[in-house]
Amino acid sequence: MLLAVLSGFLVAALAPLVHRLQPRFGGWLLALLPAALFIWFASHLRAVGHDGEVLLQSWQWIPSLGIHLAFRLDGLSLLFALLISGIGFFIVAYAGRYLEGHRDQGRLYVLLLCFMASMLGLVLSDNLISLFVFWELTSITSYLLVGFNHASKPARLSARQGLFVTVAGGLALMTGLVMLGMVGGSYELSELLTEREALTSHALYAPILLLIVVGAFTKSAQFPFHFWLPNAMAAPTPVSAYLHSATMVKAGVYLLARLQPALGGTELWTAVLGLAGAFTMFLGVFLAVRSTGIKRVLAYSTVMALGTLTMLIGIGTELALTAAMAFLLAHSLYKGALFLVAGIIDHETGSKDFLDTGGLGKAMPVTALFAGVAALSLGGIIPLFGFVAKELMFEAVLDAPLFSGILATLAVASAVMGVTVAAIVGLKPWYGQRVQTKKSPHEAPPALLAGPVVLATLSLLLGLAAPQTQSWLLGAAITAVNGAPVEKSISLWHGINLPLMLSAASLALGLLLYAGWALFRRGTRFVDLLAKIGPEQIYERSIDGITRLSAWQTRMLQNGYLRYYLMIILGSTIVLVGSQLFAFRDHITLLFDFSDLRLYEVVVAGVLASAVLMAVLTSSRLSAVASLGAIGFTVALVYVLFSAPDLGITQVLIETLTVILLVLVLFRLPRFIKLSPTHLRLRDAGLALAVGATMTLLMLSVNNTYYFPSISEYHIAESAPAAYGRNIVNVILVDFRTLDTLGEIFVLALAAIGVLAMIRFRAEDKDT
Amino acid sequence: MITLMSFLVGGLYAAAIYMIMRRSIVKLVIGLVLLSNAANLLIFTSAGMTREAPPLIPYGALAPEGAVADPLAQALILTAIVIGFGVLAFAVVLIHRAYEIVQADDMDQMKDTDT
Amino acid sequence: MNSLSLVLRTTGYFLLPLLLIFSVFLLLRGHDEPGGGFIAGLVAAAAVCLHLFFTDVPSTRKLIHIDPRDLLGWGLFLATVSGVPGVFMGDAFFTSQWVELTLPILGETKLGTPLLFDIGVYAVVIGTVLTIVLSLAEAEE
Repeated sequence: MLLAVLSGFLVAALAPLVHRLQPRFGGWLLALLPAALFIWFASHLRAVGHDGEVLLQSWQWIPSLGIHLAFRLDGLSLLFALLISGIGFFIVAYAGRYLEGHRDQGRLYVLLLCFMASMLGLVLSDNLISLFVFWELTSITSYLLVGFNHASKPARLSARQGLFVTVAGGLALMTGLVMLGMVGGSYELSELLTEREALTSHALYAPILLLIVVGAFTKSAQFPFHFWLPNAMAAPTPVSAYLHSATMVKAGVYLLARLQPALGGTELWTAVLGLAGAFTMFLGVFLAVRSTGIKRVLAYSTVMALGTLTMLIGIGTELALTAAMAFLLAHSLYKGALFLVAGIIDHETGSKDFLDTGGLGKAMPVTALFAGVAALSLGGIIPLFGFVAKELMFEAVLDAPLFSGILATLAVASAVMGVTVAAIVGLKPWYGQRVQTKKSPHEAPPALLAGPVVLATLSLLLGLAAPQTQSWLLGAAITAVNGAPVEKSISLWHGINLPLMLSAASLALGLLLYAGWALFRRGTRFVDLLAKIGPEQIYERSIDGITRLSAWQTRMLQNGYLRYYLMIILGSTIVLVGSQLFAFRDHITLLFDFSDLRLYEVVVAGVLASAVLMAVLTSSRLSAVASLGAIGFTVALVYVLFSAPDLGITQVLIETLTVILLVLVLFRLPRFIKLSPTHLRLRDAGLALAVGATMTLLMLSVNNTYYFPSISEYHIAESAPAAYGRNIVNVILVDFRTLDTLGEIFVLALAAIGVLAMIRFRAEDKDT
Repeated sequence: MITLMSFLVGGLYAAAIYMIMRRSIVKLVIGLVLLSNAANLLIFTSAGMTREAPPLIPYGALAPEGAVADPLAQALILTAIVIGFGVLAFAVVLIHRAYEIVQADDMDQMKDTDT
Repeated sequence: MNSLSLVLRTTGYFLLPLLLIFSVFLLLRGHDEPGGGFIAGLVAAAAVCLHLFFTDVPSTRKLIHIDPRDLLGWGLFLATVSGVPGVFMGDAFFTSQWVELTLPILGETKLGTPLLFDIGVYAVVIGTVLTIVLSLAEAEE
């Protein structure tokens, strides 16, 4: 399984090369990888899908933190893996034709394959941390794919919006997952899934659940985070079809489904997921009917589907989970097909809006036929698989233990408008009066048609073979989501019952609504006003706010005045050190002992103090340098007096060289001028004295405090026996702590080279 | 002596900070020199000040007789002195370069990076 | 700087070799008595600076033959290489290795990698100081 995940990244690295060698058939060649993966996953259908086995594989990654590269293939993972690799095959092939001749086509392949690998990693991960890593990888690849046309500003903004929303959710998710791992005592899903009782009764259950839900909602575009998804349609159509309908946006749903056995089944779970999902479902389909852009309608109907899935997982009954898996499969098939059809319309006619299309059926009969089939599934019409899923959904909603009334109302209303959307997609472009388009339409080439044809056909076949679909594919997935096998059997025909009647009613009402589509759009124009205060506005405002805040903060902190930087740093130092000294005042005794002073020491100290005063107060550069020399030599004397001959010698030599250096440079700078007014000088002097006082206090308190024995004892004892040296200071420098000294001489060399470079560059500047 | 040195080092720090906060770049350089002296003396004082007992071992012996001054602090300071010189040279040349370009001895006129 | 007195020039002329020899002495005895690579390097560099003060940059460059920048490189190289023998003797990098020799005049002598390291430090210190001072003096002229 590791290979299955990594192969995507490996092939992605080769993709630009393949593209360059085979610009025309590169898409087909690269599509071989998803095809191979699909076959590999399909080969597990009997063991995992039919017999319900669970494959586990694990590699050590960061064992000290309990993080493994653990993979798990059960029914749910298999369903997703098949969708990802299967649809991925058509998408890559489609992209080869759709963007033929595009400058950055090679990059598109790279990103698509990277995305596919990340998504596979996400659904196969058995470890929460690796799951999160792959989760973020899908966010990043999605960002790069939405911003694929990076020359266009709206595309860049949409990409950024999607990234911010999903990554902000990712942050919440990470917190939630880490908390989950700590509460559950393991980061392995296989262990967490068996600890439902302990997890749901834990005090941190609500925060964990809410954090994870925020992550899942942002990814799966649930209200109030739904707004990024329609904007993400700035991506090239194959990308929209793949990421933003069939796979990535389902990652949130996947996570909720995956954790259902561990965290689900509580009232909080049902309330949050069920209600938010139902509302998202209704809002999505409502906005879909209000839109006219082809991809926008599809995007909003994807929001509706994701809402439906969240709602069903929220309800959490066996029936609801069955419905969720069926709906998931149905939606991926028909929505993938429809998006690809939208791409064909764009590619063949140049139209991006339903109002600009009509009567295309004559020119593109095959496309029209299969678009119709997919739309029937979207509308939930017998005998398509979408019908099966919708019937199950009605059944589950009517059977819901909580909020059944609200959910059912919203579900029926959504179903009505869902039929309208299906009619818009399945009828509007193909029939009726011929609308003049930018390009004259032709039937699409095979690479573009393959996806819609196969996916739409599957919608039909799986519907006809509903019981087999369950026993081979869905059953194991439902078991994985439920945590235990489910008895409910799926079939196409349930007899005449309440769900069927609701379906029939919604079909009739939906078609009626389609007839009055234009009227409906005009009648609901008031909604645009609401959008002004909607979540998207809040997002825009907060992004602006953050930008302004950081600009303000940069102006305040990075103002270019060294003085103010110093004031902030030093002020904080004084406060931090001072408060600590104050807090521990009872444990600190200040050392006040002048008894051991000798006369010559007092003289040296007096000379040092007056030289310092001189250096500060003088208005002549020469006397400033002279007093620096005096300070240096006095310090050298201090070293010599207090048993540090090496330091004394070094200091004297350095002092000599410093004077030479200052003479060479300083006198080529202008004289001192008084630049600051007196009150500023006083302010600076106050701060400087405060720093000095802090340092003095610190030293007085430190010198009476010993927490542990000095390492010096070891150096003193071992210097002669082990290192054959009698000058312990030198032995430390060249033997005990050689690596430190090596670092220090490297710093010296760097300083010298820096000086050389600055002087040389100046010479070159003058030459030019 | 430690008490007296603590006050001296405090004074050195105060002088160094005051000089660094001046607008004149030459004063900034002087402040840097003061600051490195202050830091060295801080470490030296904190290691305890021992008279007439350098960390040397007499010829033929394996260990010094009696207690000696802390050699580790001295090793630290020795490299710090030399590096301090390197950094000072770098700073001085950098300041000189900046002065040549900006033609001003005023830190406030160097706050823009676009010149 | 050529206008300095004859006395200084003559003194400097004789002082330079003496100081350089003194610096080598400091370097070699550094392991046992006050001295060592840092101090010796500073003494040598100061000696050359003294020479610089009574002549000019080209003649100083000529005097020291080697470009101070190369000294930087050689010094870092020697210092780093002195850590390698330890690895071959099965110890950690930079573990010092010693050889005992009986030399004609010095008698029993211990030679070890720390000495090599100290020579590296010596070269780097000379290189640093001279690179800085010489390039500044050149800019001056």
